[in-house]
Amino acid sequence: MKDGRTGDGSGESALRNGDRDKTQERPAARTPARASSNRVSRRDFIGNVAKSAGVACLAAVALDQYIRTARATDAKALRPPGAIKEEEFLAACVRCGLCVRACPYDTLKLATMGEETALGTPYFVARDVPCFMCDDVPCAKACPTGALDREIPNIRHADMGIAVLVDHETCLNYKGMHCSICYRVCPIRDEAITLEKQTIRGRQMIIPTVHSSKCTGCGTCEKQCVLEEAAIRVLPRPLGQGKAGRNHAGRPVTGHGTLKRDL
Amino acid sequence: MGALKPYIERMTSDARSYAAARRGWLFAHRFWLIRRISQLAVLGIFLTGPWLGIWIARGNFASSEIVGVLPLADPFIFLQSLAAWHKPIALAVIGVAFISAFYFLVGGRAYCSWVCPVNVVTDTAYWLREKLGLTRDRKLDKRTRIWVMVAALLASALSGTIAWEFVNPVSLLQRGLIFGMGAGWGVIAAVFMLDLFVTRRGWCSHLCPVGAFYGLIGSKSVVRVSAINRSACTDCGACFKACPEPHVITPALKGAGTHLILSGDCTNCAACIDSCYIDVFQYGNRFAAKHDPSRFLIEPHGVPASQRRETAA
Repeated sequence: MKDGRTGDGSGESALRNGDRDKTQERPAARTPARASSNRVSRRDFIGNVAKSAGVACLAAVALDQYIRTARATDAKALRPPGAIKEEEFLAACVRCGLCVRACPYDTLKLATMGEETALGTPYFVARDVPCFMCDDVPCAKACPTGALDREIPNIRHADMGIAVLVDHETCLNYKGMHCSICYRVCPIRDEAITLEKQTIRGRQMIIPTVHSSKCTGCGTCEKQCVLEEAAIRVLPRPLGQGKAGRNHAGRPVTGHGTLKRDL
Repeated sequence: MGALKPYIERMTSDARSYAAARRGWLFAHRFWLIRRISQLAVLGIFLTGPWLGIWIARGNFASSEIVGVLPLADPFIFLQSLAAWHKPIALAVIGVAFISAFYFLVGGRAYCSWVCPVNVVTDTAYWLREKLGLTRDRKLDKRTRIWVMVAALLASALSGTIAWEFVNPVSLLQRGLIFGMGAGWGVIAAVFMLDLFVTRRGWCSHLCPVGAFYGLIGSKSVVRVSAINRSACTDCGACFKACPEPHVITPALKGAGTHLILSGDCTNCAACIDSCYIDVFQYGNRFAAKHDPSRFLIEPHGVPASQRRETAA
């Protein structure tokens, strides 16, 4: 058997011999005719490019359509604090999980296939683990792409969603009891949720009332609601909040119900 | 060990068995072993944190922070983000610059063979395909991946999102291994079955736009495999069998020009080096003169070396 590890010198001399043999065998070599036979005709070239571009466009449209379908679920999930608007979020978030790693409470997770939001993007389920509202917002500061606002001054500026008392039938305060657990656990106490005296069906009740300009959507109220299924829930702001329109003169109807971020 | 020998021989792929029989199993799998260790190690540095509390790398392959200081970011995801009109922040640009520079050095698709965990899946599928004697091969054009890559960028612009990340099995697997797979195993199983039953090396060598993107970097990168000792080639065909992109070998091994494998499709996986029992191949660098015969060979019969050509033997 030939020794494979030939030194450089012998290898090259063998190569030279090989080259010489082949050079001699070659008939007049590289005639223009041969070169042109290898070339693609202009018609073929244009055809190939058009075909390939067509395939690419088709694939692009298919992928775009799939994404639009997948994004129908966007509104369900709560994003980490500092998240930019959902439409822009998916152009920025690379799904790296640095925010997940930065969270000291294991609140955040990356969506796996079939979960509430786009595959691999960070979200949290308030009823499982709410946001504990770290004052320095370590998750947003860890974001390497600006999908979360790294410059967020403090957690009070976060807008993860808005708490909504969705079920008046099961909420214990609406039954005349003084549960008020949502009010008592709220980290922005007496500001994000206040207890308002109301007379309902002739009875005095104190009703937990969410104030949209203060609520960050941390979800502590939803987490702590004593019912088996929470009567107060955090919803992404577009889902959870109304918005006043404009009057016929085009002036805004003032008073209430303006989306916080539109102010 | 002796009792295991027949089993090991039966498990060894055809392409490597030639070298394994002559130079030993370890010789025929030396770079393969290092590659698997490398793939495990890259995942490992992300997992020591959550598993053992020793934080080497945070994040995942899409973007990460190494020992709390060095930012790294995936350039193909970054490009899609730009296509979706996201204004990049400086940190992302720095991360992309590091990764791009690294692959310009070590070979673009070194990502595929030394880092990407899907490579383990598809290599296994290919090995099993050979062992089961499956020959069905729905031929795909190797350029399909280029058009998938273009489509991913177009779709990013159309949808205003990082489009390929909605479906990318590469991200799905690496992220899943680091953060949890959920139902994602189904997609990986699909890739495995595509490669096993439908198309020979279907995913990595035909469809994956991530590989296509790194291939663009690879066509200009410094570290390249060289058929430096090609005159010793015995035409046994082992390298062609072992190579996931066999078309890249021909010009270097059978041509008269440079010994270097210059195609961006080459993944620098060294399967050719492993499988060649006479050491035709070795790693080289693009700028070393010894790989370019026109720069050192004596000219036979007065034909300038730079003009010499030969057809495949």
